[in-house]
Amino acid sequence: MSATTVETRDTPAGGPATPTISVRDLSMTRVRPSGEAVVAFEHLTFEVERGEFVCLIGPSGCGKSSTLSVIAGLEPPTSGEVLVEGEPVAGAGPDRAMLFQEPALFPWLSVRGNLELALKLAGVPASESASRAATWLERMHIESYAERQPHELSAGMRQRAALARALACDPPILLGDEPFGALDALARERLQDLVQGVRVERAERTTFVFATHNVREAVLLADRVLVMSAAPGTLIEEFRIDAARPRTLEDVLVTRVISEIHDLLIPQVEEA
Amino acid sequence: MPRWLRELGPPLLGVVVLILVWALAAALTDTTAIPSPAETWSALRAGIADGSIPEATWKSLLRLAFSFAAALVIGTALGLLLAAFELVRRSVRPLVVALQIIPFVAWVPLAVIWFGVTERAVVFVAIAGSFPSVALATLQGIRQVPPLYIRAGKTLGATGWTLQRDIVFPAAMPAYMTGIQQAWGFAWKALMAGELIVPAVGASGLGHLLDSSQDVAEILAVVGVIAVIGVAVDYLIVGTIDRRVRAKRGLLEPA
Repeated sequence: MSATTVETRDTPAGGPATPTISVRDLSMTRVRPSGEAVVAFEHLTFEVERGEFVCLIGPSGCGKSSTLSVIAGLEPPTSGEVLVEGEPVAGAGPDRAMLFQEPALFPWLSVRGNLELALKLAGVPASESASRAATWLERMHIESYAERQPHELSAGMRQRAALARALACDPPILLGDEPFGALDALARERLQDLVQGVRVERAERTTFVFATHNVREAVLLADRVLVMSAAPGTLIEEFRIDAARPRTLEDVLVTRVISEIHDLLIPQVEEA
Repeated sequence: MPRWLRELGPPLLGVVVLILVWALAAALTDTTAIPSPAETWSALRAGIADGSIPEATWKSLLRLAFSFAAALVIGTALGLLLAAFELVRRSVRPLVVALQIIPFVAWVPLAVIWFGVTERAVVFVAIAGSFPSVALATLQGIRQVPPLYIRAGKTLGATGWTLQRDIVFPAAMPAYMTGIQQAWGFAWKALMAGELIVPAVGASGLGHLLDSSQDVAEILAVVGVIAVIGVAVDYLIVGTIDRRVRAKRGLLEPA
């Protein structure tokens, strides 16, 4: 972000002036049921450019999930602010789709029903909804599970359905709160591949911010990894990863960044 | 073992044991106090043959349908108010809990004073006996909605009424249905208490038969009919809806 650029809110799509997400001196203090105040994270400042894939990484409890909640508009920060396309966040909205650690599919609807409800909530006309849902079910390779209820699917399939539900609405921003954290290794890899595919294909169209505690996942997916300290979380380092996509764990650059981030995080984990 | 036998076998066994114990008790005591199963059976057949039991059953079921429908509407509306407004919840919920604790028969004198010896008095008792449970079930259902669904709904763009209609209400259904199962049972019991005590006006219901009958075998036959109807409604109607709601959400224990 160049300081000399004049900022205007009317910058055309793809223009350099307004970052898609701007986190400004964000802090959050939570009060435990015992009455004890705990600082989740403090003085977070970072920006995310349009189409960029940013991963927040840090030890458990460093406040990365809370940071995403604030960007999603699900919780207010204690101080600081989040701007999306230059506008302060004032609540959740379909412009910021979110994946949770649990797939959060609605159990009373079929997989297809989940997609169609999301499309309806996003204001997609009914005439378009069916074909959009079908397209994304196919893209996530779950079209044969479309009429099943979520509880009939494996954890990996459920998270794919959640990804399809989020992407079907064509969100400008996709947030992920450790979305693959509860999956087995194979299902996780498959989803990482799917997300990489989406990232490449959607290029400028979707901006991604994922929280993860998995270093390999962060390096595989992200254009930029923001490393957070142990609680109270602050930003301690930033890695820009220019490796070509699709990336694999065998890539030399990927391997090198993974070990660098590891070395940085280990003392943090010890501290946490 | 065929499926029907596995499902119906144990309850049937329970009924057979009950009848055996009953027959034994009848044989060992004064038969006018405890009529034998055979005597009760013939009283039941006589009651069915002369039309009194079918007619009373029909009348009671109509009253049940009307009263419970009213209790559902009133209770659900009240429950929604309790869920929506914290002040209402904190001030009114204890009253609703108190209402739920009041025994059904306690409403009868009031009902008679307010409505006289009328159909309305009986229906009032049944509604008063069941709507608090519906209200509390509604509140419980809504308050137990997993926060994750609400968070997910909000990030998908659901707000205000849309969030309630598309996310909160369907998510609240399983707990709501559990409460409904309890509430309709209360409606049935309260209706019987009302019919038993409020003298019959026009057509009599099963509760009236209990009161008007002088023969112990007849009374037992009517009690049996009340129980069978209760089990049938519970299993065939309310239970079926409840099982469907749960099965769809994967909440049913595998059989």
